[in-house]
Amino acid sequence: MTTTADPHSGGLRRRPTDATADDATRLDKATSRAVRSRSLRLLGDLLRPRTRALALAGVLVVVATLGQVAGPWLVALAIDDAVPAVTDGRPTTLVAVGAAYLVAAVVGGLCAGAYVRAAARIAQGVLLELRRRVFRHTQRLSLEFHESYTSGRIISRQTSDLEALRELLDGGLTGVVSSLLLMVFTGASLFLLDWRSGLVLAAALVPAWLLTRWFQHRSQLYYREQRTASARLIVKFVETMTGMRAVQAFRREATTEAEYNRLGEEYRDANLRIFSVNGRYQPGLVLIGNVTVAVALAVGGWRALEGTLEVGVLVAALLYVKRFFQPIQQLGMFYNALQSAVAALEKVSGLLAEEPTVVEPRNPVPLPHARGELRLDHVTFRYGAGPVVLPDLDLRIPAGQTVALVGSTGAGKSTLAKLVTRFYDATEGRVLLDGTDVRDLSTPDLRRAVVMVTQEAYLFSGSVRENIALGRPDASQAEIEAAARAVGAHDFILAMPEGYDTDVNKRGGRVSAGQRQLLSFARAFLADPAVLVLDEATSSLDLPGERLVQHGLQTLLADRTAIIIAHRLSTVAIADRVLVMEHGRVVEDGPPGDLAAGDGRFAALHTAWRDSLV
Amino acid sequence: MPDTPRDRSRPSPPAPSSVTPHPAGSQLSTFASVRRLYPFVRPAVPRLIAGFLSALGASLAALAIPRVLQAMVEGPLADSIDSHDVGTLVGPVLLVLGLGLLEGGLILLRRNLVMYPGTRVEAVMRMALFRHLQDLPVAFHDRWPGGQLLSRIMGDLGLLRRWLIFGLLQLVVSAITIVVGVGILLATAGWLGLVYLAGAIPVTIIVFRFSRRYRVIARLSQDQSGDLATTVEESVHGIRVLKAFGRGRDALESFTGQAEELRRTEIRKAGSQATITTSLQLIPELTLAVCLVLGVLLAADGQMTVGTLVAFFMTTAVINGPVVDLGMTLSMTLNARTAVDRYFEVMETPNRVADPAHPVEAPTPRGHVALSDVTFGYEDAARPVLEHVDLELPAGTTTALVGLTGSGKSTLALLVPRIFDVTAGAVELDGVDVRRLRRADVRARVAVAFEDPTLFSASVRENVLLGVADTLPAAEREARLHEALDVAQARFAYDLPDGVDTRIGEEGLSLSGGQRQRLALARAIASRPPVLVLDDPLAALDVATEEAVTARLREVLAATTSLVIAHRPSTVALADRVAVLQDGRITAVGTHSALLATDAHYRHVISSLEQDWARSERPVETDLANRPGTDRPSTKEAAL
Repeated sequence: MTTTADPHSGGLRRRPTDATADDATRLDKATSRAVRSRSLRLLGDLLRPRTRALALAGVLVVVATLGQVAGPWLVALAIDDAVPAVTDGRPTTLVAVGAAYLVAAVVGGLCAGAYVRAAARIAQGVLLELRRRVFRHTQRLSLEFHESYTSGRIISRQTSDLEALRELLDGGLTGVVSSLLLMVFTGASLFLLDWRSGLVLAAALVPAWLLTRWFQHRSQLYYREQRTASARLIVKFVETMTGMRAVQAFRREATTEAEYNRLGEEYRDANLRIFSVNGRYQPGLVLIGNVTVAVALAVGGWRALEGTLEVGVLVAALLYVKRFFQPIQQLGMFYNALQSAVAALEKVSGLLAEEPTVVEPRNPVPLPHARGELRLDHVTFRYGAGPVVLPDLDLRIPAGQTVALVGSTGAGKSTLAKLVTRFYDATEGRVLLDGTDVRDLSTPDLRRAVVMVTQEAYLFSGSVRENIALGRPDASQAEIEAAARAVGAHDFILAMPEGYDTDVNKRGGRVSAGQRQLLSFARAFLADPAVLVLDEATSSLDLPGERLVQHGLQTLLADRTAIIIAHRLSTVAIADRVLVMEHGRVVEDGPPGDLAAGDGRFAALHTAWRDSLV
Repeated sequence: MPDTPRDRSRPSPPAPSSVTPHPAGSQLSTFASVRRLYPFVRPAVPRLIAGFLSALGASLAALAIPRVLQAMVEGPLADSIDSHDVGTLVGPVLLVLGLGLLEGGLILLRRNLVMYPGTRVEAVMRMALFRHLQDLPVAFHDRWPGGQLLSRIMGDLGLLRRWLIFGLLQLVVSAITIVVGVGILLATAGWLGLVYLAGAIPVTIIVFRFSRRYRVIARLSQDQSGDLATTVEESVHGIRVLKAFGRGRDALESFTGQAEELRRTEIRKAGSQATITTSLQLIPELTLAVCLVLGVLLAADGQMTVGTLVAFFMTTAVINGPVVDLGMTLSMTLNARTAVDRYFEVMETPNRVADPAHPVEAPTPRGHVALSDVTFGYEDAARPVLEHVDLELPAGTTTALVGLTGSGKSTLALLVPRIFDVTAGAVELDGVDVRRLRRADVRARVAVAFEDPTLFSASVRENVLLGVADTLPAAEREARLHEALDVAQARFAYDLPDGVDTRIGEEGLSLSGGQRQRLALARAIASRPPVLVLDDPLAALDVATEEAVTARLREVLAATTSLVIAHRPSTVALADRVAVLQDGRITAVGTHSALLATDAHYRHVISSLEQDWARSERPVETDLANRPGTDRPSTKEAAL
């Protein structure tokens, strides 16, 4: 789904920082229509490549239905014709009917089974495709988006929203075909038999249509509410489970439970509203059908009494009318599933319609071997519409230089790091790597050249080895071990129960914060980038660990560009150059020794730090 | 994720199943397994029964309408054709209309009867699970991946809801229709009935085998869905790492592999369901073919009337529908059963860190903490993390806990508020074993600032006042908030867009690591506990801020028993005394300077980086060394 600017969807385009817009359910008419058509487009988009499979499934279900319908007809034939024939000593009819029954049973049964298989294959193919799309898209979306959309919401898009689509596809996107066919056949037969009774049937379609319209409006709204309520419930759940330590330590169980209960009740209410609107729609359809039968009986009966309609025809006509409405329940169920899936796809397509604010270049400039020269060319930066964080930063970092960024919180150090690594794009000005605007580099080239290690060293479930190999997936065991050795992680890894194969468990539960940072350092060693950005990457290390990392860094950084953000000035010692930042500006710039010897901010910081070492 | 830190070859049961050796309920029969729902479903039983009766009534009305039509038209109506008496129409029309209204009304009734209990049971079970999950210790949450829990509380419970509303009812209606129908056949059709019943033998065998196989696949598919959810969750939580290393594509590949696996399972599941669908449609129809031939022969022979034959096939026509539906209903039931298993797997996980049956009333807090002969090992770990640890934290003192990364400091600290329980030995708070106290009482007395500052999607105010009783007067709460922000040097909160009411956390403003840590510290301070546990509280702070925090924190800590995990001399400076943790044991306790003088390990852990500077040959070093006023020797002295 690459839909971008739909002229009508103006209302939909939201800043990614606005997660509440995602929860909106009562949309104005134009927006509602746009959202809906976006969702249907996505559905069509997913089904189109499977037209043939869908057609085949349709055929299978029709044949299966025919097989089932053929049974009673053959039974009637047997009783009416075969019994007298056998009595007369002519068994051929019985043999023929019996054989036909067998064939109908076998064909019908096999087709019914084949249909189940075919439908599942379609449903699963569509789901896999959509799962991939959503996953790929969320990975593509910029950090700016992720910082507000919440993981829970993405998870709910990937789980419960897709479940709704699956119900539609499993529940008989093609099963509807046989229902419709049956209705068309029955209706046509009725018209051929007695067109006046046919008109009664046609008249019944008016209230049925009105009821369906009512249902459509209601259920659309309620299904939207349900999707939103479910997402909220998931967001709350994910957040609570992720922060369980804090919840328990601060005895927030009761409060959290009350909150979760409130959301759970909202979800239940949404479900109830759906059940109740659907619980009126379905019996409503049945009722319309039954009333039509009564009306047809009254009209037909009157005509029979008048002598304008034969009684035999009346019986047949009435049975046709009755039969016409039999599949309508199934159609109603299908329509309900469709409404549910479309509401879910509204959310999913909304996520897919989010444009990354950091865009991949159309014609990337290749950069196979970066040297690591950085230049910030009059860069201005602000987060969204927020205040300017970096006003006009102009900076040149030669290849191979190690630069330490120093300054208080909010001075813009991390922002600078995020610009260099292109987590964000500069509002004005350019960031150049080896003379090329980073916006012109392909993601693989850029990520190979520039790597950042952050303070929060996230570990994925899996083994220690796999977590380090994230730095370079094709690395050999020897290379992985070398990286671990370089940062001093090798020993503690070997001390773990299964060494490099030890599972780090959920969120690295068994590894201390310091060890996690070491592992994340090892990743960076392994990645071997031209530019390395360290954002508070050593804050949780103990001093011996930090010492080891410092040693490692000295070798590692010898031939590459590095930007180090650290509160500990010990790290600064290995820098060639220190930049002291304040309010987004560089206020001091020079080798650490020179700055420390001067009387500026760095000198003051340096003195304070030395005092703190005692 | 990239390159899948997840064992793809893992046979099937999810990570958690290795946790519980016997996945709850997997060895139970489907009935026994589902019966565990009874306590939750009990209040809904009358409505379910009424709903079932309505469903039955509606089907009867539906069945009656065509019969009545035919009888009416061929009977009274045909009789009065000659009399042209329109009045004879009124009765039949009203009867048909009445039956029609009855059917619609009963369906409406059924839906209304069933939807409340269905959703209510789901909501109650969801809350029960949530409550249990909040009650279960952190150790449980460390083991269980988030996606597995999420798929249980959303996916599985949703399955159950749908089963309760549609599946259960249909199962009962189908079963009754089939039993009654077959009974009628046996009673009225003699031999033919027996032949039809004979078809039940292969059907039963097939259904039985199907159930066994389908259950396994259904379980696998639900577990794989949970794993997929876990991967999604991790890919979002770890998005910064994935982006920083440009591993989006690898993550996608690994995710695709997993999703593909789930797809295969689902298709296998569909294959199994296709088999049962075919069997349930084919076998009755085949027996009917036999019955047809046999019946015609019997009728031709005069051993059976044609009327009986007609009645036989009309009855089988009624049964066949439910028999075919049985395949669907059965798989729905088996899915629900698996959902029940998965649900109870968590619900029946015993809480090893539970409140005691007869809790001791907590004494007036003084804040004296003692760890005596404490050993702690994670359940599945070979070696304990802590062994025979003795440590006393006298009331009102501040103890720094120093040790290498991974030496067990954080684990030790978490024993005090009973986030973990000791494996052997005891942790005592004011002379009472913490395991004899209510967890809430312990945690009200012990506040923690974790090394990973977890902030919730809420305002700064709510986050900081997390541990402060809601019952406290508003003014007092405000005062606590301001004091805590002040001490933790978190006054930046006032400058946020909405001040202390700014929403932070995942759904709000993102803060820097240092900011988050200061708020976490403020949160611990705000609850003014008798015992404070600070896990490396100043790690992410810059020197100036650290100094400011230290100065104010000392005042706060003066009257509080505190355990401070420290990596640096500046943090140790907060403490009155230092305990050294090495290889799971406390090897020394003393003052900073005393330990520096006597304990080599302590020196190794805590001494500054200055020596390294000296060893280094970088020019910077020389610069610094030659810088006038550089007091390297004195620092070195201090370090020694």
